[in-house]
Amino acid sequence: MNLTLKIWRQKGPQDKGQMVDYKVTDISEHMSFLEMMDVLNEQLVNSGDEPVAFDHDCREGICGMCSMYINGEAHGPDRGITTCQLHMRSFKDGDTIYIEPFRAAAFPVVKDLVVDRSSFDRIQHAGGYISVNTSGNTQDANSIPISKVDADEAMDAATCIGCGACVATCKNSSAMLFVGAKVSQYALLPQGQVEAADRVMNMVAQMDLEGFGNCTNTGACEVECPKGISLENIARMNREYMKATTKG
Amino acid sequence: MTTLNSKVPKGDNLSEKWSKYKEHINLVNPANKRNIDIIVVGTGLAGGSAAATLAELGYNVKAFCYQDSPRRAHSIAAQGGINAAKNYQGDGDSNYRLFYDTVKGGDYRSREANVHRLAEVSGNIIDQCVAQGVPFARDYGGLLDNRSFGGVLVSRTFYAKGQTGQQLLLGAYSAMNRQIARGKITMHNRHEMLDVVKVGGKARGIIARNLITGEIERHSAHAVVIASGGYGNVYFLSTNAMGSNATAAWKIHKKGAYFANPCYTQIHPTCIPRSGDYQSKLTLMSESLRNDGRIWVPKNIEDVKAIREGKLKPTQIAEENRDYYLERRYPAFGNLVPRDVASRAAKERCDAGYGVNATGEAVYLDFASAIQRYGKEQAKIHNINNPSESKILELGEAIVEAKYGNLFQMYEKIVAEDPYKTPMMIYPATHYTMGGVWVDYNLMTTVEGLYCIGEANFSDHGANRLGASALMQGLADGYFVLPYTIGDYLADDIRTGTISIDSKEFDDAEKEVKERLDFFINNEGTHSVDYYHKKLGKIMWEKCGMARNKKGLEEAIQEIQEVREDFWKNVKVPGSLNEFNQELEKAGRVADFLELGELFAKDALNREESCGGHFREEHVTEDGEAKRDDKNFAYVAAWEYTGKPSEAILHKEQLEFKDIELKTRSYK
Ligand SMILES: Cc1cc2nc3c(=O)[nH]c(=O)nc-3n(C[C@H](O)[C@H](O)[C@H](O)COP(=O)(O)OP(=O)(O)OC[C@H]3O[C@@H](n4cnc5c(N)ncnc54)[C@H](O)[C@@H]3O)c2cc1C
Ligand code: SF4
Ligand code: FES
Repeated sequence: MNLTLKIWRQKGPQDKGQMVDYKVTDISEHMSFLEMMDVLNEQLVNSGDEPVAFDHDCREGICGMCSMYINGEAHGPDRGITTCQLHMRSFKDGDTIYIEPFRAAAFPVVKDLVVDRSSFDRIQHAGGYISVNTSGNTQDANSIPISKVDADEAMDAATCIGCGACVATCKNSSAMLFVGAKVSQYALLPQGQVEAADRVMNMVAQMDLEGFGNCTNTGACEVECPKGISLENIARMNREYMKATTKG
Repeated sequence: MTTLNSKVPKGDNLSEKWSKYKEHINLVNPANKRNIDIIVVGTGLAGGSAAATLAELGYNVKAFCYQDSPRRAHSIAAQGGINAAKNYQGDGDSNYRLFYDTVKGGDYRSREANVHRLAEVSGNIIDQCVAQGVPFARDYGGLLDNRSFGGVLVSRTFYAKGQTGQQLLLGAYSAMNRQIARGKITMHNRHEMLDVVKVGGKARGIIARNLITGEIERHSAHAVVIASGGYGNVYFLSTNAMGSNATAAWKIHKKGAYFANPCYTQIHPTCIPRSGDYQSKLTLMSESLRNDGRIWVPKNIEDVKAIREGKLKPTQIAEENRDYYLERRYPAFGNLVPRDVASRAAKERCDAGYGVNATGEAVYLDFASAIQRYGKEQAKIHNINNPSESKILELGEAIVEAKYGNLFQMYEKIVAEDPYKTPMMIYPATHYTMGGVWVDYNLMTTVEGLYCIGEANFSDHGANRLGASALMQGLADGYFVLPYTIGDYLADDIRTGTISIDSKEFDDAEKEVKERLDFFINNEGTHSVDYYHKKLGKIMWEKCGMARNKKGLEEAIQEIQEVREDFWKNVKVPGSLNEFNQELEKAGRVADFLELGELFAKDALNREESCGGHFREEHVTEDGEAKRDDKNFAYVAAWEYTGKPSEAILHKEQLEFKDIELKTRSYK
């Protein structure tokens, strides 16, 4: 395949940035999208240019690093996957592909396609944990029975990879799906219930502080989420939040 | 010269060593812990759990990782599960049994006392993780579920779907978050450690590069802990994350930490094969697939040719023309032989010309008979008499989907073939490194105050790691072992005060780091970093891979030296120093791999025996199996750096097996 790539180049956070055209040739349909980017970068390095910076690590769809906007969609055209799981067979010879960073006020651009998602971490510092000592003096694991249904549902919420596609795709840049998933995991488990109210209040407060927008129920996040995190988690977070505010 | 003292407590029975040790070590008063700083490099399962626990104890922790968040460390990718001797299933598991299986699985090349301690604390790990909210799989009674893994006879593997590593890491990360919020951990994301600083012979700090601004920073501490993961990417292609590297481990090696058994790497048998030269990494398919999949290649070489040319489909090959080589060679264990055995057998068939894909490096993993078996079983259960062939397939596929659905989907995404209809293609790939920095019983390296934990150290797995044991070791080290052993050392440091970063030692280390970075940016070379990494990987795979021999290893050493020389002349790194520069990051890592690769080959050459994942073609039994030599090689090879990998000096730690009798592993 031969392709035209239109890629966002931005030297640093202060730089204005612009779209730049590149051509790649002989792309195999078996390549992953990131391998196609490797081919481009090798080409750029060989011709003395700076390669395109993009985040990636596991290349297995689990670390949540590879953030890219491809043809106007977070992680590209296929559903339920990250960019590293996207393969070139999803494109046609002669295609023009637009590649941009995730855009949201709370995710400033670091360089080219790399954005800073540390706001997600700060939300977790605010309360994304159960206050238990790591001393090994905890009670036996089986003394906390958890129904299979709850455990499975908590697991579904916990599969969020923190990629930020939900934020990038939302017209309000809301982080409700991400935070909802976190809150839900803990809300569904018996551990850490004593601090449940503080947890949700603190995480939501930090989310607002970071400059994420509000949810207006458009549901775009759920559509783009590579891990199928459902809107129910947002509803659960809202219920937890209500519970917490009415309590105190 | 340092002498190799394992510091395993003398005297007591193996099962009492750890508890007695804990009762007799020095403690640091909580008020004094506030005055002590500890650097932790790496925030995967090992580093993350260590950072959280040390901070909770009261030390000031400075943690580092090269990703943008600890939650993205390579540990996140582990799929299958984590072992623990809980005996919840009542099938006879015990600390001793876990200890025994691990020592045997490692082909008797690990340290007994460490492995026993690992087994002792394994149960605590599960309690800890559950308390943190890790959503392990449960049965309908609400209790924890287990599954079974290769090489053992009990069900002791705890799991969270196929995402166990992710959930355990998120657990450790949440414990870290709590300490970050309390101000006890200062997290340095997107920072790479580029050297360790020794003051008066003790590790007292590191030099790190801020990967966003390019700034070179000095950080001091009373002790330094390296938890930087494994070096599988020395092969270029592996199941590791793209950024996994040896730099931290290699840099401390150059500063005096011995490097043990570098040639011990695990090649995992069930990965998706390589499809072309552009490929950047290999994807693991969980070992659990071998429970139902049968492995084969065609018996006739004409059939192989026809398949490669696309004239024949695997499903068209009659049963009698298939070679189920594992079932043929190992009737007792069949498709469930351990990883090293399965990997070698696949290579043997492919080398003989029977590989079934374009590159000749693939064998079939076939679910057709499992689908048939399950289909017929389900028909009976549902009282369907004389089910049609399509009904059987439908019912059978549903069962297979319930068991392995996500893996089948992953395969289909990558290969674009439906594994329900046609057999999967698999091939072995580099997966885990059992070798690593030498540490004593306290997890301290040969440099005082410098510790190494998790996959980066060498101690617990011997020559072959059993499934679900790496996660266990990482968390054992971080939550339950290091926090004790490091206290014993730091008890002498309560009056030292903050370590200054304005000293000659820091100046020198920083200068060295800067010169090297400058070189990369200013070198007007012709080849990219990847060009060299791929070259190295090819040598490693062909000559230091699943099977090795003297001639090949000698050639490898020569060739690696040549590639390294060329690298330092002709490598090209675009961009500048003071910016986010991913090529520059890669250059430093590959430079270190180019040295480690040579030591790897040298170690393999020295080890004149076959054991675990390490197979020397000169040392085989009459029927072609690995032949171990306990008389001459029951030792850990710990290498001391003296200026060049070729001049590294070998130190031996003799291994003693008092509680377990040395036996030949057989899976026939
Ligand atoms: C696909 C796959 C599946 C697996 N499945 C299983 C399984 O089911 N069960 C099991 O027990 N094991 C499994 N393993 C093995 C296991 O995942 C690893 O051995 C383990 O996670 C290693 O943990 P670690 O903490 O030692 O290192 P890692 O998780 O690799 O962490 C390394 C850390 O060091 C940091 N780092 C590295 N170098 C530097 C530097 N120079 N400066 C600063 N920071 C640095 C990184 O940022 C990272 O935080 C699997 C491995 C793979 C690849
Ligand atoms: S909720 Fe989905 S899209 Fe959002 S961060 Fe988590 S995995 Fe990514
Ligand atoms: S690189 Fe890890 S999710 Fe894509």
